[in-house]
Amino acid sequence: MTGHLLEVENLSVRFHSRGKIVDAVRSVSWHLDRGETLAILGESGSGKSVSASAVMGLIDTPPGEILSGSIRFDGRGILGLSAKDQRELNGRRIAMIFQDTLAALNPVHTLGHQISESMTAHGIPAERARTRAIELLARVGIPEPERRFNEYPHQFSGGQRQRVMIAAAIAMEPDVLIADEPTSALDVTVQAGILKLLKELQAENGMGILMITHDLGVVAEIADRVVVMSQGEVVEQGPLAEVLGAPRHAYTRRLLEAVPGRHGYPAARDLSSEALIEIRGLSKYYGVSAGVLKTPTGREIKALDDVSLTLNKGEVLGVVGESGSGKTTLVNTLLGLVDPTKGEVLYRGKSMLGPGNREIARNVQVVFQDPTASLNPRMKVGRIIAEPWAIHRGVLPRAEWPRRVAELLEQVGLRPEHADRYPHQFSGGQRQRIAIARALALKPEVIICDEAVSALDVSIQAQVIQLLKDLRRDHGLSYLFIAHDLPVVRDFADRTIVMQGGRIVESGITAEIFEHPRHPYTQKLLASRPVEERMRGHITEPAE
Amino acid sequence: MSDMTHPTAAAKPPREHALAEAFLMLWRDKFAFLSACFLLLVVIAALFGPSLLPDQALQMNLRGRNAPPFELERGWLYILGADNMGRSLLARLVIGSRYTLMIAGSAVVLALVVGTILGLIAGYRQGRIATIILRGADILMSFPSLLLALIVLFVLAPSVGNVVLVLALSRVPVYLRTCRAEVLEIRERQFVKAAKVLGASHARIVFLHILPNVVPTLMTLATLEFAAVMLSESSLSFLGLGVQAPAVTWGLMVADGRGYLASAWWLSFWPGVAISLTAISANLMANWIRTATDPAQRWRLEKRTRA
Repeated sequence: MTGHLLEVENLSVRFHSRGKIVDAVRSVSWHLDRGETLAILGESGSGKSVSASAVMGLIDTPPGEILSGSIRFDGRGILGLSAKDQRELNGRRIAMIFQDTLAALNPVHTLGHQISESMTAHGIPAERARTRAIELLARVGIPEPERRFNEYPHQFSGGQRQRVMIAAAIAMEPDVLIADEPTSALDVTVQAGILKLLKELQAENGMGILMITHDLGVVAEIADRVVVMSQGEVVEQGPLAEVLGAPRHAYTRRLLEAVPGRHGYPAARDLSSEALIEIRGLSKYYGVSAGVLKTPTGREIKALDDVSLTLNKGEVLGVVGESGSGKTTLVNTLLGLVDPTKGEVLYRGKSMLGPGNREIARNVQVVFQDPTASLNPRMKVGRIIAEPWAIHRGVLPRAEWPRRVAELLEQVGLRPEHADRYPHQFSGGQRQRIAIARALALKPEVIICDEAVSALDVSIQAQVIQLLKDLRRDHGLSYLFIAHDLPVVRDFADRTIVMQGGRIVESGITAEIFEHPRHPYTQKLLASRPVEERMRGHITEPAE
Repeated sequence: MSDMTHPTAAAKPPREHALAEAFLMLWRDKFAFLSACFLLLVVIAALFGPSLLPDQALQMNLRGRNAPPFELERGWLYILGADNMGRSLLARLVIGSRYTLMIAGSAVVLALVVGTILGLIAGYRQGRIATIILRGADILMSFPSLLLALIVLFVLAPSVGNVVLVLALSRVPVYLRTCRAEVLEIRERQFVKAAKVLGASHARIVFLHILPNVVPTLMTLATLEFAAVMLSESSLSFLGLGVQAPAVTWGLMVADGRGYLASAWWLSFWPGVAISLTAISANLMANWIRTATDPAQRWRLEKRTRA
């Protein structure tokens, strides 16, 4: 068993929290060799990050407790190393990058300083560190590295910040790079660039990469071998092609099953041509002001530029766009939170915008992205769901509320007694169900799903989409389904609209868009996430 | 169907049950429990003290001037010693608790209510009104509060009511700014947006969605302010603008004993201890209330943590 670069054997970690004991990982073993990429795949709460934290010596004891196991790096046991020895190892031999780059970088120091620091901390003179940092910035693809050396984190985009983090991580030419969800917060096209960069760097200096992720697409893209974790245990591990092509464990099969877009397109249905929502020439411009006095410069940012679309009764219309595409402005305008510069929004032929149209707006409800943030933490679930009736008096007499809340909870797959609990007592998927129950309370005809499944694990995502499908069948609902990623809309949306820079660049039947994308941007979006094609490729390949 | 009736029955427990539950939660936090006992004692002293010890606090005993504490020969009333006119310190502490609590309590509550309302307005409705409120608070804060008190009390004549008014006025900006900062953060949260989309009125958003999330912070702040106000009151009394003799407050007792610190420390010490203990108790209680009313934190008090 010797000769592995990094080896975790039989690791069990337990946390004491909230008055109970949580076994974060149980008997986890894996190893990583030079020049290879190992992916740890798991959903939230699976314990996928715990073993990496143990490697970096980041588990605080208490509340953590390492029950058993060993970690060997380069043949040397590193579990329970002194703080000083661990520092010697971290950064120099084992480096790490994180998901939230804005939180991981210090806002009051320049990026150049922070990259140099990863070298000066290990005894490299400041002047040499500076030269090397500029080299590194250039290497990870930051244009004008000399100038940008002196800029602060907020002046970089999310993708660039992740590149800078990578630059800082590889500064000491580590043997192992641990990447904890490095691309999960990024747009798909940017994500593809980061993964490509990681592969190039690995080819150059032969480091081993440990990729921790919940995303099968990322695994398929970059990993040589996969460790699948569920509820603190390794359920399956092996070469990528084997795990994806012939999954042995039921959990892996479920995970693969849940990947959006694996079930073909929604069957062509007879769609009524009864238009519910009509958007005509909708535009929203923001004036750009500059200087201390905020004088208007005359320049304008076009957040929405002449957008027109129609949502028919019983239809699911997917709207796909990356950050800055204008999809958020579109939603906010529809909800009356932002006044448009031009254009109109009609609901059954009547304007939805402006005051006095509350009764019309009642027919359009919304489910937001983050179920944790969209429920008031100090209200019980029953009160949250009943709130629409408290606001729109006369819809339902107060005596009926508890019965109706119980009904709604059952409709979304929860139990009536859940009405008496608080939101924090539920998992993310359950919270989204509560949000859906609230949206259903006023019996709307249209539900706007604003990235409603983006924050959820894939298997939960599939369940919530199934719920939305059932509700459409039972209540004849129509959905405006906003997403930042194409695969999610693939087996759900009847028609799809692709947005970029505030404009609609392509729209049509979903199958058409996926099979014959016409606009270069759509093609690029599809090319950066070839998950299912890639996985199909692995399935047909003979196992190694 | 039996599934559905069951939880609703459990959801509305009888009132005694809820009280018992609250007591159990208090019992589990030993510090909070002790604080509650002490506060109860102080409140009892404030309510019944003056009628139980009507004269003792004013009775002079010139032979017992500055009598040291822990001597029982003059009777149990002199266990904490006597002041510079030979009056029992214990009796004076008991009598003083009434005005002390009344002034500090009403000043804190008044400032809290006014500050919170203005803070909610300034945070929720940006624009001209918010600017006026905030600049007003800035002016109030930049003006020395003692000077303000002197002017107001000189014009309005010193009385308990006016002391409360002045103390409250000078502390309003503290609540106002804290409240506004919290509101600015909470109003951007998604559940507020969700309520807006449902068509909720401004009052509903402010009082049902924003206020309950701001209150815990303000509660903590108010208990910290409680001690500060007790001391401010003493400086006003010291200048002769606060409570007028023969009425007495703890702050006034601290100020009175200042001249004897070298020879008779107990004159200032005991009222000082009373002020600190009350402030600490109020603070610990606030901490407990915050935990007990936060749905996500309440578990800490509901079951014992296994070691």
